Amino acid sequence: MKPAPFDYVMATSVADVVNHLAEDEREVKVLAGGQSLVPVLNMRLARPQVLVDITRVPDLQTIELTPDGELRIGAAVRQTDALEHPLVRRDWPAVVSAIRHIGHPQIRNSGTVCGSLAHADSSAELPAVAVLLDARIQVVSPRGSREVRAADFFLGTFTTDLAPDELVTAVHFPPSPAGTRHDVSEFTQRRGDFATVGVATRVARRADLLSECRAVFFGVGGTPVRVPTVEDVLVGSDPTTADWAAVATLLAEALSPPTDVHASAELRLELAATLLQRSILSAWELC
Amino acid sequence: MTIKKAAAPRSPVTPRLVEPTAWRHVDLEVNGSTVSTEVESRLLLSDFLRERLALTGTHVGCEQGACGACTVLLDGRAVRSCLTLAAACTGREVRTIEGLAEDSLHPVQQAFHDHHGLQCGFCTPGFVMSITELHEREEPVSEDELMDQLCGNICRCTGYRGIERAARQSVRVATEGGADDE
Repeated sequence: MKPAPFDYVMATSVADVVNHLAEDEREVKVLAGGQSLVPVLNMRLARPQVLVDITRVPDLQTIELTPDGELRIGAAVRQTDALEHPLVRRDWPAVVSAIRHIGHPQIRNSGTVCGSLAHADSSAELPAVAVLLDARIQVVSPRGSREVRAADFFLGTFTTDLAPDELVTAVHFPPSPAGTRHDVSEFTQRRGDFATVGVATRVARRADLLSECRAVFFGVGGTPVRVPTVEDVLVGSDPTTADWAAVATLLAEALSPPTDVHASAELRLELAATLLQRSILSAWELC
Repeated sequence: MTIKKAAAPRSPVTPRLVEPTAWRHVDLEVNGSTVSTEVESRLLLSDFLRERLALTGTHVGCEQGACGACTVLLDGRAVRSCLTLAAACTGREVRTIEGLAEDSLHPVQQAFHDHHGLQCGFCTPGFVMSITELHEREEPVSEDELMDQLCGNICRCTGYRGIERAARQSVRVATEGGADDE
């Protein structure tokens, strides 16, 4: 359980990282917090020849409010730093909830926000919250920089829209519309484990009915999943008296979760329905 | 090291020297001492501490971040040393279980002693370092934060009650309503 040999480079600037990704003829992998990559290296599921460590690049280390009022989290920002940041705590509660569900504090002390997005584990919380909040992922390469909507970024388990020579530099979370409330709920076998199934929700209340309802599931497929039929049927309803059995039927029609050693597809569907109800009611109570 | 090959090899497989591929220079502080050396790029911090610095109090369990036995403090934060590259630690400050006790046991170690917080002892250094992170925090920690932190380490003797009591003795836990007790 030791990594196969590789070369290690501590990058000093974004240009330095991009240069390595573009020019080095060996297989290069970006290292941020390492909480997903290093286990993979230890188990020798991957054998990159060069690791480019981006955690010391000053431009990637900041959390800031953009002139448009968006939250920008740089690619080297650790999950703990985001969790403890006053701006994030005040105005991006869904990001806070997502991070609190990630592993353990000892993992979050090294793991990065953008690393979780780039890794794209299908049971991860942050990709779902990025989709929930219409986040945009900033990417740079020798061809210049571009921006990818979270909804377009995740293509499958461990698969994103990133090209091999592209680097995630930051994620932008827009401010939530006034009056919206959020929740992130998940089922894990033990506290801190990978989620079997989870859901991130955003709701708004008007005249005691749901005026907005958005739900993004994780652990039910390769990517974060929204189910428009369910969202449509819930908008305009009172979630405390809604027909949740009908919602579960709609969910079962829309989702096709995997069966694996952790849970059967049937169990995942049941968890998705239960967690959705629980999550929407939790967010509703905050309205 | 050199290898002088036998004139008539008895085996088709003869010894050869494998040169470590990539090495990096690191300067870091470990338990207050400055360490300046070369490390192989792929060397994990856990192995660096145990095999290069003879600090074998840091234990290695799962080597995939699940068990917490290898927990050390990196710039005051509890991290998995098995998921940290030694080469990435240049300029940083590492504290291990050996860096806690001075003339007497560290308060967290004393709490483990007081509450029988260890049985076989394998998980103990990891638990102690995780709890030390909270022990050193100035503001009181919430009940939720304490439990979250303890869940980051596994005790296969399942002696969690004693560990929890030791943690409560050494960490300021906020009580409901904002007041805190020692």
